[in-house]
Amino acid sequence: MSTPLLANAFSLQGVSKTFSYFKLESLTLSLPQGQIMGLVGPNGAGKSTTIRLLMGLAAADGGTIEALGYRIPKQVEEAKRAIAFVSDDMRLFPGATLAWHMRFVASIYPAWDQMYAEQLLKRFNLRPPQSVAKLSRGEHVKALLLLALARRPALLVLDEPTSGLDPVARHELLTELMEIVADDKRSILFSSHNTQDVERICDQIAFIDRGRLVDSRDKEAFLERWRRISVDVPTGVVLPRLADVVDLSLGERVAMLTTDNYLPQMHALLEHGGARVRDVQRMSLEEIFVACVMRSRAQEPS
Amino acid sequence: MADRPVHTVHTVNTDMHIAIQVSQTDPRPMYLQIKEQLRHRIAVGELKPGAEIPSIRALAVATRVSVITIKRAYLELELEGVILTRQGRGCFVADNANLGSHLQLQELDQQLAAAVHTAALLDIKGEALVERLRELERRLHKSQS
Repeated sequence: MSTPLLANAFSLQGVSKTFSYFKLESLTLSLPQGQIMGLVGPNGAGKSTTIRLLMGLAAADGGTIEALGYRIPKQVEEAKRAIAFVSDDMRLFPGATLAWHMRFVASIYPAWDQMYAEQLLKRFNLRPPQSVAKLSRGEHVKALLLLALARRPALLVLDEPTSGLDPVARHELLTELMEIVADDKRSILFSSHNTQDVERICDQIAFIDRGRLVDSRDKEAFLERWRRISVDVPTGVVLPRLADVVDLSLGERVAMLTTDNYLPQMHALLEHGGARVRDVQRMSLEEIFVACVMRSRAQEPS
Repeated sequence: MADRPVHTVHTVNTDMHIAIQVSQTDPRPMYLQIKEQLRHRIAVGELKPGAEIPSIRALAVATRVSVITIKRAYLELELEGVILTRQGRGCFVADNANLGSHLQLQELDQQLAAAVHTAALLDIKGEALVERLRELERRLHKSQS
C-alpha cells in the first residue's frame, strides 16, 4: 500500500444527515495531510455521527465525502485498507486472546508492523496471552489502539481515544500519536472533550455543537484571535462600542470584554474615551470552546 | 498490494536531544515557551552558532506538541535571524559568532523594560530609577562578598 501525496487526508463538503431527533447540517470540513485534527464538542453534538459518516458506517443524506482520495461510501473498501478506526464502543472477541487478535489483524492488513506491535505491548503494559474477556476497560481501549496503530495507517480516526485511560496510558497514547505525524504523510482525526489533549497536539481544531460546525481553523489562529480584556471604566465614562466583541460583562467600574479577533489597536480605541485597559489575557482552548458554543447558541433561531 | 509500506515513522534524530519542556500551567502560549527556551539555549552557548537543531517535526514528536506550534516558533526565530531553515537540509542556529551575547543582551533588555514599566506605575522615573538600580547593585555585591 503506497501512501499517495494528497492535499487532504479527508474532506467533507456540505454533508448532512437527519435522524428523527438529531440533524447534522451542511458540514464542510477538511484535514490537510500530515496533520492532526481535534473534533471538539459537547455530548450529542454530532462528533460520532461525523466520524461514522466519514468511515462509511452510515450514509449521508447529502454532500460529498472523500477519505485518502477515495469517495465514501462508494470506495470505502479501498479506503479502509489504509484507515484505522477506534471507537469507545468497539468490542473484541471475548473468547480470544490479545495474541489471537494481533495475528488476525496482521493477516488482513499487509502493512501490519509486528516489531512496532511488540513495542506497543510494552508501552501500554499489555500481555499477548491475556484473554480479552479479562481485560479492564482501560486495557480494552489500549488493546484496540494497539491493533489500530500497528497497522501503520495513513489515516487514524479515533472517537474519544483518551476517555477511560489512566494518566500514564494517556501520556503514552499522545506520544504515539505524535510519532505518527513524524511522517508528514500520515494524519489523525480524533474526537474528544478533553480540550487539554487537543490544545497540546492538534494542528487543526473543529468545534461542533448541536449538529453544526461552530468554528474550524488551525490551532495557532484560534489561540491568537481570542482574548479577554479587563477595562477600568471611571464614573461618567462610556465604553465605546467595538466590533468583534463576543461577550461583554459590565460592572459598575470594571468591564470584561471577550473578543474573537484581538488587535492591539483595541487598546487605543478603548482608552480614547477615558477607560483604561488593565489586563489582556489569552484564553485556553476550553474557554474559547465554551465562548464559541455560547455565541453559536445565542445566534440560533429558536 | 505489490508495493510494501515504507516505515519512516522513526525519523526523529535522537542524537540531537534538546531538553525542551512545555508546561500547560505556564501562562505563556506554547509557541512562546518553545521560542524562549531555544533562544535561551543559544544565548548561554549550549547551542553554538551554525549548530544543527531538530527539524520541526522531530521537535514536535520530542515535546509532544503539535507541528503547527513548533512551526510558528521556528518561523518567528527565523524572522528574528536566530535560526535558519534550509529546505531538505535541516534547521540550524544562525552562523553569527556574536549571536549568544546579542541574545543575552536582548534578554537583559526585556527584563529591564519590565522593570521600567513597573517603576512607571509607581511614578519612579529617570534618575530616581537609576539610583534605585545602583542601590540594588550595591546591596547584591555586599551580600555576595
